[in-house]
Amino acid sequence: MNRIMASARTEFVIAFRNRWITIAVAMMVLFSLVLSAAGSAPTGALGVDKLSVTVASLTSLTVYLVPLVALLLSFDAIAGEIERGTLSLVLTYPVSRAALILGKFTAHLAILAIAVAAGYGIAAITAMAADPDAIRGVPALLRLFWTSILLGATFIGIGYGISAFARRPGAAAGLVIGLWLVLIVLYDLGLLAAIVADDGGKFTTDYFPLLLLGNPADAFRIYNLAVSDAAASATGLTGAANSIPPVHALISILVWPIVATTIAWLTFRKVTP
Amino acid sequence: MCLTLSQVTKRYGNHTVLDAVGFDVNAGERVALLGHNGAGKSTLMKIILGLIPADLGSASVLGAAPGSHTARTGTAYLPENAAFHPALTGQEQLCHYLRLRGESTSQAMPLLERVGLGAAAKRRIGTYSKGMRQRVGLAQALIGTPRLLVLDEPTSGLDPVSRRDFYTILDDLAAQGTAILLSSHALTEVEARTDRIVILSSGVMVANDTLASLRRRASLPIRLQISAQNGKADEVARKLSAGRRNGVMVDLVCRSDEKLARLGDISALGSLVDDVDIIPPSLEDIYSHFSKGGGA
Repeated sequence: MNRIMASARTEFVIAFRNRWITIAVAMMVLFSLVLSAAGSAPTGALGVDKLSVTVASLTSLTVYLVPLVALLLSFDAIAGEIERGTLSLVLTYPVSRAALILGKFTAHLAILAIAVAAGYGIAAITAMAADPDAIRGVPALLRLFWTSILLGATFIGIGYGISAFARRPGAAAGLVIGLWLVLIVLYDLGLLAAIVADDGGKFTTDYFPLLLLGNPADAFRIYNLAVSDAAASATGLTGAANSIPPVHALISILVWPIVATTIAWLTFRKVTP
Repeated sequence: MCLTLSQVTKRYGNHTVLDAVGFDVNAGERVALLGHNGAGKSTLMKIILGLIPADLGSASVLGAAPGSHTARTGTAYLPENAAFHPALTGQEQLCHYLRLRGESTSQAMPLLERVGLGAAAKRRIGTYSKGMRQRVGLAQALIGTPRLLVLDEPTSGLDPVSRRDFYTILDDLAAQGTAILLSSHALTEVEARTDRIVILSSGVMVANDTLASLRRRASLPIRLQISAQNGKADEVARKLSAGRRNGVMVDLVCRSDEKLARLGDISALGSLVDDVDIIPPSLEDIYSHFSKGGGA
């Protein structure tokens, strides 16, 4: 445990010095502010408080931004140490590889949590300043917060796996950006195209829900929009996924971080410096 | 026995990097591992540290398997061109290593001072010179007085004064019972500082002995350098049937067992000779003798 915290502490200092904490916080705050400003126009919707509307917008934002920040924080974790030549020394210490990677994971997840908390905090303050009823949206915001952390944990784990697999920071950076595009952007487009082509057939009823749940970002979006009052704000694929029970999405959200960190650990175990 | 290697073999595809290498290092013993680039020194060190497995043979580190918890707890390593994260200060980096070994971080400053980095402790490693980074590497290798110290080209990048300080620290450790295995290209500097020499040549161990007995086994020629009286160099050279180097110096090469007889010849020349220097074969000569297969 002490060794995990030793590794976490050093990673945190490094991320602070390299301005990664500042960059992550600034990104989240900036996007939250822009969304809050865009959502401040009168919507005319009755019975929905401003914070709940903001949560719906934040959900769509988070699906793009949190995986991106998580991958940016993690892609260098192992490849960078291999390239600098620091890994061979640390592996001769009486510390397990699991402890080393858990230490990095703790630090990077903490940084992500700080950034997300800052962004959502600003959004909550803005919403509450404009609408006294906004307090009703707080549970939805809290749910969005912890699911965002789990989504981030998944992508930090995936980032480590790629970092250990690629062994060079340049290659790892390319791979994480490619993965982000495929999982976050192209995946949904592909599913939409498949649904249109399938026209209500076996794919739409049997495989489509499983494929949505299999993607951690989609599971995150389905869960947050399905359980919030703002489901009406849902757009795109999620509208088509109304039939998926939220608990299935929740299971996917909970299982993915474990799967991703296990893959990262298994890949890291094979690395010879 | 702190380190025991027996028949250690490592192959990459068809290329044999290490071929049945076996030697021991005792507590308090300083052993130099010599060899050209690509001779297999770093590979052997990685096997000892448990970073890569050997294909054949066995290695025992402090009585345990390489890379086991026992082995890693008692072993310290200084990699060639020690690298650290440039964003950390020397002190932060050392505190990190102390925590990883479960030691108190209050030792960081004393360790940095011991390697002469006390003044730079709060500066980022990114601003350090190569020699300073090497000292950070040495400082981390001293944590908790290791029982086995593995050093890969430890003095590359150090100036002569730092080298002397470095070997003084090693001598202290060896006196406390630490077994030391170090590789080096700087042959002359390990000469006085190690108890035994292991020479690897293309993955094969060609020598494993003390310097004195390697000298004897190699029986390389000894050079006698004679300073003649002014203008008498030609005469001296003729009388000794030796080659003249310049106006005053005469070079004479002989076998070890001829040395006394030749010295007798020289002293018989009386006032023609000013002085004689005896130059034994250097470590470089011995090293190239054995690494060319002369010891086989």
